[in-house]
Amino acid sequence: MGGFDSPPMRWSAFPYLLAAAFALTLAASVRVANVDPRLLVDPESLGNVARFVRGMWPPKLAPDFLQLMVRPAIETVQISVVGTAIAIVIGFPLGLLASSSLMWRGVLHEQRVQRRRWLVGLPGYAVARAVLSVLRAIPEYVWAFVFVRAVGLGPFPGVLAIGVAYGGMLGKVYSEILEHVDPRPLETLHASGATRTGVILYGLVPQALPTFVSYTLYRWECAIRASAILGFVGAGGLGQQIELSMRMFQFDEVLTLLMMLFVLVAAVDVVSARIRARLL
Amino acid sequence: MYRLERVRKTFPDAAALDGLTLTVHRGEHVAVIGPSGAGKTTLFRILNLALRPTAGRLLFEGRDVGGLSDAALRRARTRIGTIYQQQHLVGRLRVVHNVLAGNLGRWSTLRALTSLISPRDVDAAAAALAQVGIPDKLHARTDELSGGQQQRVAIARVLVQDPDVILADEPVSSVDPSLAVTLVSLLRDLSAESRKTLLVNLHSVDLALNFFPRVVGIRDGRVRFDLRPQAITPALLEELYAGHADEERQLAQLKDGYDPFGRACRPLFDLGA
Repeated sequence: MGGFDSPPMRWSAFPYLLAAAFALTLAASVRVANVDPRLLVDPESLGNVARFVRGMWPPKLAPDFLQLMVRPAIETVQISVVGTAIAIVIGFPLGLLASSSLMWRGVLHEQRVQRRRWLVGLPGYAVARAVLSVLRAIPEYVWAFVFVRAVGLGPFPGVLAIGVAYGGMLGKVYSEILEHVDPRPLETLHASGATRTGVILYGLVPQALPTFVSYTLYRWECAIRASAILGFVGAGGLGQQIELSMRMFQFDEVLTLLMMLFVLVAAVDVVSARIRARLL
Repeated sequence: MYRLERVRKTFPDAAALDGLTLTVHRGEHVAVIGPSGAGKTTLFRILNLALRPTAGRLLFEGRDVGGLSDAALRRARTRIGTIYQQQHLVGRLRVVHNVLAGNLGRWSTLRALTSLISPRDVDAAAAALAQVGIPDKLHARTDELSGGQQQRVAIARVLVQDPDVILADEPVSSVDPSLAVTLVSLLRDLSAESRKTLLVNLHSVDLALNFFPRVVGIRDGRVRFDLRPQAITPALLEELYAGHADEERQLAQLKDGYDPFGRACRPLFDLGA
């Protein structure tokens, strides 16, 4: 094949233009977003913050309160686990459909004779990508708001919100992982007469699996935090308790709840790090 | 088995094959040699029906491949087994699954799926691994094997596939000389036993001339010669490789009596001169 010498460097204005555009955008954004650090040290706002912090200490550790909060804590974990599970069920098939290398482009399609098969692949791909974009573009907070109206208060709308929003994210990332696996084993299987499913099962999925699991675990960590936010619109878990305590100015309860949330997040981090270490 | 009529294959940046004509009969053993960039790998990817010729005709078993439906194309592919230069195996899978993947052309989806959980047809996989000399690697993880062992796994997969043709695209260019001899003779003997057609793209001229009754020289996407090894002269080889420094060096070393394969190959220039 050709030589390995790289072509001579050519001066290009592109990186400089890009840098200038970035600087301009940043400057404009600071203005438009009213970024004003002086407000942070304003005596009045400092006073408000101090009242909030003073109210938090000491955290409320009364046994009956803690006992009451066990259930919401478990609920938070349950929301994140079931929500992530639903996200996988939504994301995986859509991720397959949104992979150009599977649907219409690249080495598996070189020999395609029937043009209409190509026409089946491309629209499916486009629709899957569009669906994933919509699922992703709507924040889980808004999904939760919708689902609370649909199925009522409690953990279930939180589960649905995480499932749908994270399904969109997982699907998008899955498709990118699938498009970037080593294509040579796929070509080999394809060339030995394997069906599309055979290529997926023996070439694609085994290669993509570690990255899949790793990213899904990361999403699960995010889901724990997200489920706390979702509680604010009534979708159960610790978030709902935090919102109630804030509304009643019980800042000592808020601190306890935040500490519980911290423990949960840290525990999930440890668990997923363990799984990752065993996997890679 | 194969008939190529003035096959052209162009890529966006270059023409790889430029009117190549070649006929291979059932059961033949053919070595393909030529400088790098001659289009050998493209030829093999056209022969295994992964690529479509830009122009010209490819007949497989007397049928024009260009007219086959997707389903017929897939059935034709099950009868062609390919071994590549680099291991095209999935490193994370255990050896048994990479070998059993040779069955994917005839397995149903359900069977393929259940075999990943509890391997089906393990005896066939074990037998194939025994044939290629690594019976103890059945349950090893594929990426823990050496390059040579992985190449044996690739051969075992083709044995499980049990095709009519074996195509080997530079199967030994990433292994040491003694292993190269072992693998090439293994391929030759296994194909002879089961009366399979064998086409091998080889980087080393002396392996080609010593192990194959027919040698095809390719340059610039065309057949330059198609002869018995006895009829191939140093002049023909020099012409084939002219202008390609690495290969010319290989030829010069062979002329000087350099003998990487030891007794497995007779000295090259006793053959034709």
